[in-house]
Amino acid sequence: MIRLTLSLILVVWGVVARAEVDIQEITTPGGIEAWVVEERSIPFVAVEIRMEGGGSLDREGKRGAVNLMMALLEEGSGDMDARAFQEAREGLAASFGFDAYDDSVSISAKFLTENRDEAVALLRQAIVDPRFDADAVERVRAQVLSGLASDAKNPNQLASDSFYAAAFPDHPYGSDMSGTAESVAALTAEDLFDAHRDTVNRARLHVSVVGDISADEAGVMIDTLLGDLPTDAPPLPSDVAFGLPGGVTVVDFATPQSVALFGHEGMKRDDPDFFAAYVMNHILGAGGFESRLMTEVREKRGLTYGVATYLVPRDLAEMVLGRVASANDRIGEAIAVIRSEWARIATEGVTPEELDAAKTYLTGEYPLRFDGNGPIADIMVGMQQVGLSPDYVLNRNDFIEAVTLEDVNRVAAYLLRPDALHFTVVGQPEGLESGPLPPLVAN
Amino acid sequence: MMRSIVLTAVLAMAGWSANPLQAQEVTTFTLDNGMDVVVIEDHRAPVVVHMVWYRIGSADEPVGASGVAHFLEHLLFKATDTLESGEFSATVAANGGTDNAFTSYDYTAYFQRVAADRLPLMMQMESDRMNNLRLTEADIETERQVILEERNQRTENRPGALAREQIRAAQYLNHRYGVPIIGWKHEMEDLSLEDAVDFYDLYYSPNNAILVVAGDVQPDEVFTLAEQYYGVIPAEPELPERLRPEEPPQRAARRLVFEDPRVSQDYVTRSYLAPERDSGAQETAAALVYLSEILGGSSFTSVLSVKLTFDSEIALFSGAGYDADSLDDTTFLLSVVPAEGVSLQQAEDAMDAALAEFLEEGIDPAQLERIRTQLRASEVYALDSIDGIARRYGSALTQGLTVQDVQDWPDILQAVTADDIMTAARDLFDLDQSVTAWVVSDRQELTQ
Repeated sequence: MIRLTLSLILVVWGVVARAEVDIQEITTPGGIEAWVVEERSIPFVAVEIRMEGGGSLDREGKRGAVNLMMALLEEGSGDMDARAFQEAREGLAASFGFDAYDDSVSISAKFLTENRDEAVALLRQAIVDPRFDADAVERVRAQVLSGLASDAKNPNQLASDSFYAAAFPDHPYGSDMSGTAESVAALTAEDLFDAHRDTVNRARLHVSVVGDISADEAGVMIDTLLGDLPTDAPPLPSDVAFGLPGGVTVVDFATPQSVALFGHEGMKRDDPDFFAAYVMNHILGAGGFESRLMTEVREKRGLTYGVATYLVPRDLAEMVLGRVASANDRIGEAIAVIRSEWARIATEGVTPEELDAAKTYLTGEYPLRFDGNGPIADIMVGMQQVGLSPDYVLNRNDFIEAVTLEDVNRVAAYLLRPDALHFTVVGQPEGLESGPLPPLVAN
Repeated sequence: MMRSIVLTAVLAMAGWSANPLQAQEVTTFTLDNGMDVVVIEDHRAPVVVHMVWYRIGSADEPVGASGVAHFLEHLLFKATDTLESGEFSATVAANGGTDNAFTSYDYTAYFQRVAADRLPLMMQMESDRMNNLRLTEADIETERQVILEERNQRTENRPGALAREQIRAAQYLNHRYGVPIIGWKHEMEDLSLEDAVDFYDLYYSPNNAILVVAGDVQPDEVFTLAEQYYGVIPAEPELPERLRPEEPPQRAARRLVFEDPRVSQDYVTRSYLAPERDSGAQETAAALVYLSEILGGSSFTSVLSVKLTFDSEIALFSGAGYDADSLDDTTFLLSVVPAEGVSLQQAEDAMDAALAEFLEEGIDPAQLERIRTQLRASEVYALDSIDGIARRYGSALTQGLTVQDVQDWPDILQAVTADDIMTAARDLFDLDQSVTAWVVSDRQELTQ
C-alpha cells in the first residue's frame, strides 16, 4: 500500500492556513486500485465509483440502453424485486445513486457506520446482480419516454440536441444518450444485460472512499462491492473532431425568452496549455459576477440573468462552450456583445490585474472545495478519471500560479476564434436567422 | 451586553448506537442594537461561512411593489459610500471566496464562504452595505432588466412555474404568500429607486437582522468582531412589528385548469393549507413531515406509489411535498402524473380514493420505522455540510423560531407516533381547504 499524506496549504495575502487531506492510495487484496481518506469525525462513509465508457458504448441500434440499464439497477436485484430492494435500503437509511453519462457510468453511495456491512451487501447486489424484471423495465421505460417528451419542449434541451447533432454526426456524442422514443421502445431485457456487461466492469474502474473507515477496511469493502465484476470491456469509440462551422442555427419554439448554446473546438485536458486556457476562460466567462461576459452582458446592459462559458474536455472531443438566455427581442444584442468580447480577448488579451485577480480567486477557492466527505470523494474520483495522481492536490495551485500573462494571451489568440463560433438559438429571436454569422457591428 | 448561552446541538440522541457524534458547539448572543448572533463551530477545515439574514421577505412587501425584496437583494451588490458597484463580490473573489444572496417569502440573506482568517473583511463589507448603500437611477434601469430576464428564465419560460404561481395565488386569497417572490411582471416593470430605497432604509437594520457565522471560529472572537462592525450601527426605531394579513376561513374547494402548449405531460396537483413549525409547538408540523414521506416520499414504498403505480397502472409519477419552514400557514402538496391512456379525472379520482383508503387503513408500522430511521440518519449526514447547518438557524430565526426550537426539532421528529400522524392527516385533508389544478397542454383534449 502506498500512502501519501498531503496537506492542502491555503495562502491568502501571506497568511497560511492548513487543511489536512490524508489521501491513501491503495491496491485492494483483490487488485483494485482506489483512493481512501480516513475521516472519523462523522459516523458514515461516502463512496464514489466511476467506470469509463458510459453512453458512448451503446451498441448499434440500441441508443438509450446504458441509460435505461443504470436507471434499473435500483429496481430489483438478487432475490429482491424493486420494492423489496428499496424497503431494505430505506430501512438502512443508506443512499445509492446510479447515473449514466456520455463518457462514464457512476455509482455514488453514503451509508452509516452502524450498518455498513448490510448496506455494502445490498449495494453489491445492485451492481453485480441486477434482474431487469419485466414490470420494472416497463415502468422505467415509461418514465424515460416521458422524459424524452419533456425534452422535446425544453428550450435548453432542444438547443443541446440541435448543436451536438450538427457538431458530431455519426458519433455517439451527436445524440442524446437517453435515446429516441423508437430506440427506447425497442429495448429488451437482453439489451440491458448486454449494456450492463459492456459498461459495469473493472476494465476502466475508478474508486474513492471517504469517511469513518480505515484503508484496510475500505480495501475489503471495495473487493466485496466490485471484485466479482468482469475485468474486460469493449473498446471505446474513436476520437471525433468538432464538425460545426461558425454560424447561427435558429430552432423555432414559441417561448418569450430565447436560449442560446454556443461554442467551437476546444483543448484537451492534458494539453500543456490547459492551465493557461483555464485561467483565460475564468476571466472570459467562468468567473461569476467578475467575468468579462457577465460584466458586459449583464451588469452593464441588463441583457441577461446569466451568461457563462466552459472548457469541456470530454474523453473523445474538446470544446469551448457557453450559454446565455435573453428575451426574444434582446438575444441578438446579447450575442453581438458575446462575439465582440470573444474577439477582444483573442486580439487584445487580458490585463495583469485581471490575471492576478483570477489567480487569487482560483488558488484561494480550491481548498474550500474539500469541505465534506461527499465532496472529497467526488473530487478524488474525478482526478482519477482524468489520470491525475494524488499529489495533484498539492501541486494544482502551483500550476495556476505558473501561468503567465504571455501564456494567457498566446492561448486566447489561438484558442478563441470568433469566426468559428456557432450559436444555436431556441425561441423566436428577433433579427436572427439560420446561416452564416452576421457582420459584427460595433456597439 | 453579551448574553452568552452555550448550547450543544442535540445531535447525540438517546437511542443512537455506540458512535458518539462530534457535537457542534452553538453559541448565541445579542448585540446592544438588537442584532442576533449565532456561532456554529466546526473545526474540520479552516473555512468560515458568514451570513446575514434579514427578517424581511417578499411577503412583507408593500402593495403594488411585488418583487422589491428580491430586487433590493440584487441592488445590494451596487456601490456604497466606500465600495464601487461590483467591488463587494470582486473583493470576496480576490480573497479566494465565493458569495451570493437569496430571497424568500420570509427572509433575505447574504453569504460568503471564505478562508476563516478573512472573516473580519467580510464583516466590514457586509456591515457597510447594511447602512451605506448609494443607489443611482442607472442601477435601477439596468438591474430591473436583469430581474425581468431572471423572471423570464425561472418562470415565463417554464409552464410548470407559471402553473405554480396560479395555484399559490388561488390558495392565498389575502396573504402575500399568494404573490410570487420574484414579483408579478407588470409590477416589476414599474419598480423604482424610491421603492428600493424606502424598503432598504426601513428594514435593513441591525434590529431586523441575524448574523450566522459557521466554521473554524471561536465564539468570543466572533463576538468581538460583531461588536466592532455591526454593533456600531444604530437600531432602526421605526421598525414596524411584523404583521401580515391573515387568510380568511376558506369555505369552498378551489379548482383551476392551467393551459400552456409547452406542457409536455399533463398532471393534476393539489395544495392544502397546512400548519407550519411554530415556536414551542412544532409537533403538528413534525407529524406532517412524516405524512408527506408516508404518502409520497419514496417512489417505491410510499402509499401513493404503491396504490397508483404498483397495485394499479394509474400513475407514471406521484409525489407529496410539505414545507414545514414558514412564518405563516404553509401548504401540503400532492401530485399525480397519469400513465399513458389515463385521464386527469381518473388520476384525480384514484388519488382521492388512495387518500380515503389511507385514512381508513392507517400506517404500516414497518414503513413508519424506516422513515424514522431515515430522519435520524439525516442528522448524521447533515453534519457533513456546515452551510446546511448554518442555513437551518438563519431560516428558523427569520421564521419565528428560536435556537432552542432548532435543537429540539430532531427529538420532536423522533417522538412522532402513528396516532399523531393520523390526527394531522384528518385535520389536513379537507377539500374546502384546498386548491386542485389540472395542468394541461390543450384543454380541448379534456372534453374529447
